[in-house]
Amino acid sequence: MFATLEYSQFQSLWWLICSIVGSLFLFLTFVQGGQTLLYSVARNEVEKSLIINSIGRKWELTYTTLVLFGGALFASFPLFYATSFGGAYWVWMLILFCFIIQAVSYEYRKKTGNFLGARTYEFFLFINGSVSLLLIGTAVATFYSGSNFSLNEYNQVTWQNPLRGVEAAFSPFNLSLGCFLVFMARVLGAMYLTNNIDYPELNARTAKAALTNFIISLPFLLYFLVSLLVMDGFAVDPVTGTVFMEANKYLHNLLALPRVMFMLLSGLSLVIFAVFMTSFRQSKKGIWFGGLGTILVGLTVFLLPALNNTAFYPSKYDLQSSLTIHNASSSLYTLTAMTYVALLIPVVLAYVAYVWHAMDSKKLTVAEITGEEAEELY
Amino acid sequence: MIEGIDLSQVNWARAQFALTAMYHWIFVPLTLGLSFLCAFFETFYVKTGKEEWKKLTRFWMALFAVNFAIGVATGLILEFEFGTNWSNYSWMVGDIFGAPLAIEGILAFFLEATFFAVMFFGWDRVSRGFHLFSTWMVAIGSNLSALWILVANGWMQHPVGMAFNPDTARFEMKNFFDVILSPVAISKFCHSTSSGFLLASLFVISISSWFLLKNRHQEMAKRSIIVASVFGLVSSGFVGLTGDEAAYTCARVQPMKLAAFEGLYNGEDSAGLVAMGLLNSTKEAGDGQQPFIVEMKIPGMLSLLANRQPGSFVPGIEDILYGNEEHGIMGIDKKISKGRIAIEQLALYKKAKDNGNKLGAQTAMDGFRENEQYLGFGYLKEAKEAVPPVPLTFYSFHLMVALGSLFPLIFLLFLVLTARNLIESQRWLLGIGLVSFLLGEIAGQAGWVVAEVGRQPWTIQNMLPVTVARTNLTVGAVQTTFLMFLVLFTVLLIAEVRIMLSQISKGPEEV
Repeated sequence: MFATLEYSQFQSLWWLICSIVGSLFLFLTFVQGGQTLLYSVARNEVEKSLIINSIGRKWELTYTTLVLFGGALFASFPLFYATSFGGAYWVWMLILFCFIIQAVSYEYRKKTGNFLGARTYEFFLFINGSVSLLLIGTAVATFYSGSNFSLNEYNQVTWQNPLRGVEAAFSPFNLSLGCFLVFMARVLGAMYLTNNIDYPELNARTAKAALTNFIISLPFLLYFLVSLLVMDGFAVDPVTGTVFMEANKYLHNLLALPRVMFMLLSGLSLVIFAVFMTSFRQSKKGIWFGGLGTILVGLTVFLLPALNNTAFYPSKYDLQSSLTIHNASSSLYTLTAMTYVALLIPVVLAYVAYVWHAMDSKKLTVAEITGEEAEELY
Repeated sequence: MIEGIDLSQVNWARAQFALTAMYHWIFVPLTLGLSFLCAFFETFYVKTGKEEWKKLTRFWMALFAVNFAIGVATGLILEFEFGTNWSNYSWMVGDIFGAPLAIEGILAFFLEATFFAVMFFGWDRVSRGFHLFSTWMVAIGSNLSALWILVANGWMQHPVGMAFNPDTARFEMKNFFDVILSPVAISKFCHSTSSGFLLASLFVISISSWFLLKNRHQEMAKRSIIVASVFGLVSSGFVGLTGDEAAYTCARVQPMKLAAFEGLYNGEDSAGLVAMGLLNSTKEAGDGQQPFIVEMKIPGMLSLLANRQPGSFVPGIEDILYGNEEHGIMGIDKKISKGRIAIEQLALYKKAKDNGNKLGAQTAMDGFRENEQYLGFGYLKEAKEAVPPVPLTFYSFHLMVALGSLFPLIFLLFLVLTARNLIESQRWLLGIGLVSFLLGEIAGQAGWVVAEVGRQPWTIQNMLPVTVARTNLTVGAVQTTFLMFLVLFTVLLIAEVRIMLSQISKGPEEV
């Protein structure tokens, strides 16, 4: 079925698949956003429970998407997986730590005998919602700004900075993407809660939070975008594979890839439209437009540093150690086999959407979380 | 004793992986089995429409959820530890090993994650039938995820369906179906999941025994016991059969592991199976000492188990280490020298290729291919490195087998006495039932020690030793993350146990 595709097309296809999964993860970070909103939006225990039970029905989807993102990168670009996880050791360990504490917090928060107390688990959720996204943002930004590693002739990584990845968090460019992700997640979280909870007082506050957080996120976004357009990028000579610095490389990429440019512009417009609808038109549908917008912007963020002869995981330390989708990928056989498996992704999306609809067509109310079976809830 | 332990970075990385895997395996087998038990209980509810079955289902489901969360947390770390602590491994075999992990995400994790929400919050939001369907999907999803990760593990124990590519200096997949249908992968999956069913059955029996000892919720406890003991009994049979299959495949593909878990230093025809034994702690390969201080063997049984042929030859550690011409076994020293040639020729090949020397590259390639199958041995410093720690492997194996033989008896007694309504008066049996869950956990952990310690020094059998598979990290970095995870997992384990105990002592709602 895929016999006509060439190796390089499979590599591009798999980068696209990984980018879609990564972008879906960014959309699903409304869960993380909801977690950090807990402190600013909820005024009492009932409201807290409403928020936790609302996002608590979705946290596993976000978590699973992140795991799949890792798994898909491992299978299709193993050299990236080995270089980044083994090299940027501390940053990934800190991110993982933030996700371990999330996994138990929903289930344990309200349970008798939970050892650490409900406040600690709420704090865990806050850490997960803020620190993990900040670090993921800085790690993704290194796709553009580069890292400090070298690979030997057997492709074994040596990281050249003792902070092993955490150093990325000290660059304003990287940090701006991290901060943008944190606040964008709060915008999405606010829109999701507006949609999912039926409680007018809280709805008014979440609708306002969507606008406030969007305004806060703007300077970070602008700084990131402007820097991106003017910075030198890591270009690859398609014939020799040599990596070299090219002025305004990412601007060139945007101009050379009109579909990506369209995704960026339409994505941003959809997010702005969603925030406007939520905050000024009391619409509950903002999350759908904002979600789609986030996916489109996410796709831009992942595609721009990889397509058009660009090194997607560049090394500032040794340009020729930089990874491209061609030198970091799995073999043709594996990519082909995995492509057959990937045909099932639409089926997965379909049943996720069906269950989402079946579960959420009735909105979450105070009656549900204070009812006789509330003890089993989060 | 501490001085005897090599505290190098690779061992800390191994310790960290062992820590995560062992914590993970406290919770995961329970998830595998309890998900099916919940599905059985709910099916009875839907079939009979009786509220008491619903209450019973919800009680066990609540415990399932507490356990599920921490299994998810430890599982995430396992997946990413391949990259963080074993990056050379991830690069060298990512082409093969990554695929099952990605498939696990696509095919299994989403089933669990999506339907879990319905299972817990959907009682009043979806139809009764759809809820039951969701519970079954969670059970199937959990067990499917076990399938893929065990395919990956099975491949490490017996690498098939791949070839070494000298141009990329890595192993690449050549046949997807050989990887997923490898006999080691299949027997590993069957053995591990059925042991999970067995453990979950013991869990239900253990808690139900406690209720009966306390004279509380007797009806619910007895219903649960009936279902669990039938499930446990069937699973025990399956665990035994697949265990036998695992030993048979092990003899084919990992004879050193088999020799280690049997404490067999000198191979013999018609080898006996050690039923009980105390190892001589100073014994080392080749020193001529007796391996056992005392032992009790079942004559000829090991030959039957390993080769399914009475009287057949089973090689011992020394046969594999030093070679045995009569039985066509090449010694490790010889394999090491062949492996070193392969490594040398690989380097020559790369150099010749870079210099555009085609003839030189071809000659080096021929030399490499001739010795390729011993590549991994070339990284060993000395032959004795190829022997896994014998006492740990031996005692773990025998503990697992002894406990595994006890469980069907427990299930049978519980089933018969509960069916005859005599169970409440058998306080001694209820006492055994109460502790049986702990014994099940010990057996499961011991099983993994046999599987993983028994294959040392290999990350991938005969291909890649742990010393080469590691990430280039400082000892301090790995020690720090080891301690981080140790403290965090321990705190979470305490929280889990306390929450469970509190939920159990509250008991199910009375109808």
